Amino acid sequence: MVLKRRVIPTLLLQEGRCVKGRQFKDYRNTGDPVTATRVYAAQNADELMFLDIDASQSGRAATVAVIERVSEEAFMPFTVGGGITTIQDVRALLNAGADKVAITTAAATSPDLIRAAAQAFGSQCIVAGIDVRREGDRWAVYTHAGRVRCDLELHDHVRHLEQLGAGEILINSIDHDGMMAGYDLELVRTVSSVTARPVIACGGAGNYGHLIDAFRAGAHAVACASLFHFGDNNPPRVRAYLKNAGFPVKTT
Amino acid sequence: MGTLAIIDYGMGNLRSLRNAFARVGVAPTLITEGREVEAFSHIVVPGVGAFGAAMDNLRTRGFVEPLRAHVEAGRPLLGICLGMQLLATIGTEFGEHAGLGLVPGRVDALPASAEYPTPHVGWNSLKHIVRHPVMERSKAAADYYFVHSFAFRVDAPTHRVATADYGTVFDAVVARGSALGVQFHPEKSHTGGLRILETFSEWDGSAGPAWS
Repeated sequence: MVLKRRVIPTLLLQEGRCVKGRQFKDYRNTGDPVTATRVYAAQNADELMFLDIDASQSGRAATVAVIERVSEEAFMPFTVGGGITTIQDVRALLNAGADKVAITTAAATSPDLIRAAAQAFGSQCIVAGIDVRREGDRWAVYTHAGRVRCDLELHDHVRHLEQLGAGEILINSIDHDGMMAGYDLELVRTVSSVTARPVIACGGAGNYGHLIDAFRAGAHAVACASLFHFGDNNPPRVRAYLKNAGFPVKTT
Repeated sequence: MGTLAIIDYGMGNLRSLRNAFARVGVAPTLITEGREVEAFSHIVVPGVGAFGAAMDNLRTRGFVEPLRAHVEAGRPLLGICLGMQLLATIGTEFGEHAGLGLVPGRVDALPASAEYPTPHVGWNSLKHIVRHPVMERSKAAADYYFVHSFAFRVDAPTHRVATADYGTVFDAVVARGSALGVQFHPEKSHTGGLRILETFSEWDGSAGPAWS
């Protein structure tokens, strides 16, 4: 058998609403997360991902409450990320119904959280996120939703996260975010070549061809936000397109 | 339809499973002690974690004999993920441990490879082998969502309801008498999974593969 490619509608949360920006700024409101979940469930989406972009600053209680309501509609696996700094944060989100958590800032600033969370809950529910900006011929790793540049070499960081027990690597291009001009394929290729963990490409999808480009570059899964928010696109159409192109996808 | 209980024995979060049953019109009761089992017609054994720890927790809470008595009385029992694996005779996660012994077989690690890393996480399809009333309505449907590193292998082919293939073929749905186990997560498998939960809640426990 061949592993099925996954397409993951991604919803950014801010104060309990869905938003979408470009290059990690200029966010606009795109609706209610629970309603969006209901629609994606009806369309048999492979998975969902919720990233709380203001969780670092504000309390987590609001997010947990939204996720509890999301779990009443999402009869599919879903990941929640944003502002996770402790094992208690991880536990609270898993108890709220999340299947996996995505940890980005803490993965860079206190990577022992990845180890501790993987040991406590299993690697399968720990997604390590990496936010990246291109700087000349190299990539710089950023934290705090793109506001803080950290002194990490991308390859070393990816390998380290795998060793610590991350189950998947979510690689997000800040430059490509929201631009709908395609993923940073060189970035996807680079990250896929240094880890055996499944790589989720994030940032830049604007049409279905971009998804295929990311799979060919080595991604196991693709995260898409603008593609679904701002176009006449949905998971069944994506699956049909990928299937016609010869990629194995979930049967529904 | 009778009354349905999910056993809560400290092996993972039950919110998604409760939500899924609620969606198909069933209000499950959570029970934490073995002596509560006899009050219910349908029992669900969920679980994520390690085989040995799970059996210890079942034993500590007095579930082992009541669960066996429940199935011997012909009442429906559904094991999900680790709960399915516990139906086996033996599990080999962190040493050898006796299971509930409701479906003869072993639970061993999936062979890991570069192409098929473990855990096996994601959507996969089933190959249906032996007819089972709970699975009949779901045959045409859909892939199911799997998350596991160990897998069941039944001793007798008559207990093999369906298999899945992850580089290696393993038993994805097993049954004996009124005990049924599914390796995947029906509560995370869209309408195909919800249909299994609904059909299970309406099943009278008969016409499963015979006791042997």
